[in-house]
Formats: sequence, structure tokens, C-alpha cells
Amino acid sequence: MTLLRPAPTLFLALLLGASAGSAGATEFGLFQPEKSSLTFVSKQMGVPVDGKFKKFAATLAFDPARPAAASAKFDLDLASIDAGSKDANDEVVGKAWFNLKAFPTASFVSTAVKPLGGDKYELAGKLSIKGKTQDVTAPFVFRQEGGNGVFDGGFVLKRLDFAVGDGIWSDVSAVANEVQIKFRIVAAPAAPRK
Amino acid sequence: MSATRYTPTAIALHWLMAVLLVGLFGVGLYMHDLPLSPWKLRVYSWHKWAGVTAFALVLARLAWRLGHRPPALPAAMPAWQQRAAHGLHHLLYLLMLAIPLSGWLMSSALGFQTVWFGVLPLPDLLAKDKELGETLKLVHMSLNFGLAALVVAHVGAAVKHHLIDRDDILSRMLPFLARR
Ligand code: HEM
Ligand code: HEM
Repeated sequence: MTLLRPAPTLFLALLLGASAGSAGATEFGLFQPEKSSLTFVSKQMGVPVDGKFKKFAATLAFDPARPAAASAKFDLDLASIDAGSKDANDEVVGKAWFNLKAFPTASFVSTAVKPLGGDKYELAGKLSIKGKTQDVTAPFVFRQEGGNGVFDGGFVLKRLDFAVGDGIWSDVSAVANEVQIKFRIVAAPAAPRK
Repeated sequence: MSATRYTPTAIALHWLMAVLLVGLFGVGLYMHDLPLSPWKLRVYSWHKWAGVTAFALVLARLAWRLGHRPPALPAAMPAWQQRAAHGLHHLLYLLMLAIPLSGWLMSSALGFQTVWFGVLPLPDLLAKDKELGETLKLVHMSLNFGLAALVVAHVGAAVKHHLIDRDDILSRMLPFLARR
């Protein structure tokens, strides 16, 4: 992997003081959907229930040596939700929840990536669901595994900020307002920078 | 020393559980057809919590029963009827154990952990497995209809003893009915 990288990039890395082994100047940008996952935990009557989104796309560029220059955009196919049971899956497409007919996708666009020290970072951006946009921040850990970049992170989403589950469902004692979102994004190195 | 009626503890547990089980049965049938709503989630939780309570009660009841033999059946009762009565009581105990157990396992398999009154989490004895969950739902339902049929026979027998045989079977479980 390191050996295949063109010499000028390696030279640049050395010049920047990054150790040769840590691939400091690799930009990770090729999203690997089958290795990535987007899961969530909702609380129903105080009991955690696991769910996931099976289809989402990410466009990203992240170089651990230059986190401030990183960017990410996620597009989420809301119809691919598995909310934990058939009843729930039938329910969440409806008007009170995602209103899928009017809003089939949700999206996130990053505004900033901040290093928090070590392999920890913070991703900030704008999340749009059901026609509403809110600022969110999500801490994540970045690691390199088998030549790929792996981003593991999560944040707590307040569903009512996006009117997800309104009407009778705004009763948060049945389904909690807080939904724990967890993502694992895997990206291969993009073509070397010029 | 052979007692002539059930201990107050046995009587209290019998009637407490009878009321609880009839309630659980009714709520179970009612909630099953509700459209999904916060109310449905709430009723399901209460059904599960009360069902686990019934499980705890039957364990306590069996522990008590091991140390306290019930009064002997009237000597006048034919042997086959005595055997039938004992057999039926054993089956009732078995179902009182198997029904909540199947409910607990069903919930685990369907991916909805049981947290007793929102406080005490019961371990999920099965991993999430939709198909197994659907099977256990059928098991839970079938066992329940089995229990309902047996309870009808049980109540029928109790009433027959009281009204036709005119013995003290019912009154030793329901002391205020005692003649004399
Ligand atoms: C002795 C105690 C119990 C009794 C008498 C009882 C009775 C019933 C009945 C009659 C039904 C309706 C069956 C149907 O139409 O599908 C039902 C459903 C159900 N029970 Fe129980 N139950 C008991 C304990 C439990 C326990 C301990 C749990 C879980 C921890 C549980 C979980 C459920 C669930 C989830 C359903 C709904 C299944 C569905 O969605 O159709 N039950 N129960
Ligand atoms: C869900 C409902 C019920 C269940 C699961 C149930 C279960 C049982 C069990 C397991 C016993 C045996 C106690 C022992 O010897 O260890 C028993 C005894 C008895 N039950 Fe029930 N019972 C129910 C409802 C009723 C009702 C509604 C009646 C009255 C009409 C009744 C009348 C009796 C009587 C009279 C005995 C004493 C029998 C004897 O002396 O040997 N039970 N019941």
C-alpha cells in the first residue's frame, strides 16, 4: 500500500514531518457502502430497541493530516429503515413520522471538522429531515484498518426537533425524544492528491 | 396432621393469580388487535410486567405448595376423578409457568427486551430472530387457549362439586361458602 504510493506524495509526507508508516497524507474519499453502517437505538417504554438504515450514500474527503479541510455529505434513503419490527416499519413511513411521500430522503452536510486530540475528531454540520434543518455535532474516532479509513461516531438526535413522530407520538413517555445514532463509515483512499 | 382446608396463603395466592390471569388473558386479546400507538406500547408493557409478576407469583406458590400438602380429596370421590383432579392441577401449574416463559422468550426473539416495571431488566435468553419470535407468538397464544379450556373445565368441576356432589371442595378454597 505505502509502497504503491507515488514517490512525490511520500516525499511530501516526510517533508511535513508525518512518519512514513502512518500514511499521513492519504485522503480517504471512496465510500465503501457494504462495509459501512448506520444504526440507531430508540427507547420505547424505557426499553432500547435497535434499528438501522440499509441504504445511504456518503461523499467525503478526509485526510488525518489536514482535518480542517475535510468535508462530508450523507444522503439517507429513509425507505430503507428497519425500525425493529414490521409494525414499526409500516408506521414510520407515515405522515406523523418521516412522511416518506413528501420527504423520501434525509441529508447531512458538514460545516467543520475539528481535531479533539489523538484519533478523536468532531464533525459539525447541518442535518435535514422532513424539511427541517438543524445544526448537529458528532464526535468520532478515525482509524486506519487494512488500508481503509474507518470513522466511528454517533450523536443523540432529538426526533421532535424534526417533527419526527408528532401528533399522538409526541408523547415522549412512550417513545423517547432522544434517539442514539451510530455511524461507521468506511472509505478507501482517494486518488493521490496532486 | 391432615388439614381439611387450604392454608390462607394458598387461598390468597390462588385467587390473586386467578384474577391476574383472567385479566392478562383479556388484555392480551384486546391489545393484539390495537393499531400501533403510544397506548398500544403502554398496554403491551403493562401486559408484560403483569405477566412477569404472574410468573414470580407462581414460583412463590409452587415453593409454598412443596412445603404444604393440600387437603386430601373426599374419600367418596371415585379414584379416576381424583386422578383427573390432580392431573388437571398439575397441568394448570405447568401452563402457569410455560405461558409467561413463552411470553418472555417471544419478546426476546422479537427484539423487545422485558424490563419489569421499567426497572428490572430481564436477560434476553434468546437472540433476536424474527421467525423464532413469530413461532413463539403462536406458542404463547396456543398455550393461552389451552389454559382457557382447562380453566373452564376446572371451574366446571368446582361448581359441580358444590352444587351436585354438595361436598366441601369449593368451600375449602372459598371459605365464605362453607355450609354450616
Ligand atoms: C400468565 C401470564 C400471561 C398470560 C395469561 C398471557 C396471555 C396472553 C394472551 C391471551 C395474549 C393474546 C394472544 C394473541 O392473540 O396473540 C397474549 C399476547 C402477548 N403476550 Fe402474553 N400472557 C402472559 C404473560 C406474558 C409475558 C410474561 C410476556 C412477556 C414478557 C407476554 C408477552 C405477550 C406479547 C408480546 C403478546 C402479543 C403478541 C402479539 O403481538 O400478538 N405475555 N398474552
Ligand atoms: C385462571 C384461573 C385459575 C387457575 C389457573 C386455577 C388453578 C388452580 C390450581 C393449580 C389448583 C390446585 C391447588 C393445589 O392443590 O395445589 C386450584 C384449586 C382450586 N381451584 Fe382453581 N384456578 C383458577 C380459577 C378458579 C376458579 C374461577 C374457581 C372457582 C369457581 C376455582 C376453584 C378451585 C377450587 C375449588 C380448588 C380446590 C380444589 C381442591 O380442593 O382440590 N379456581 N386451582
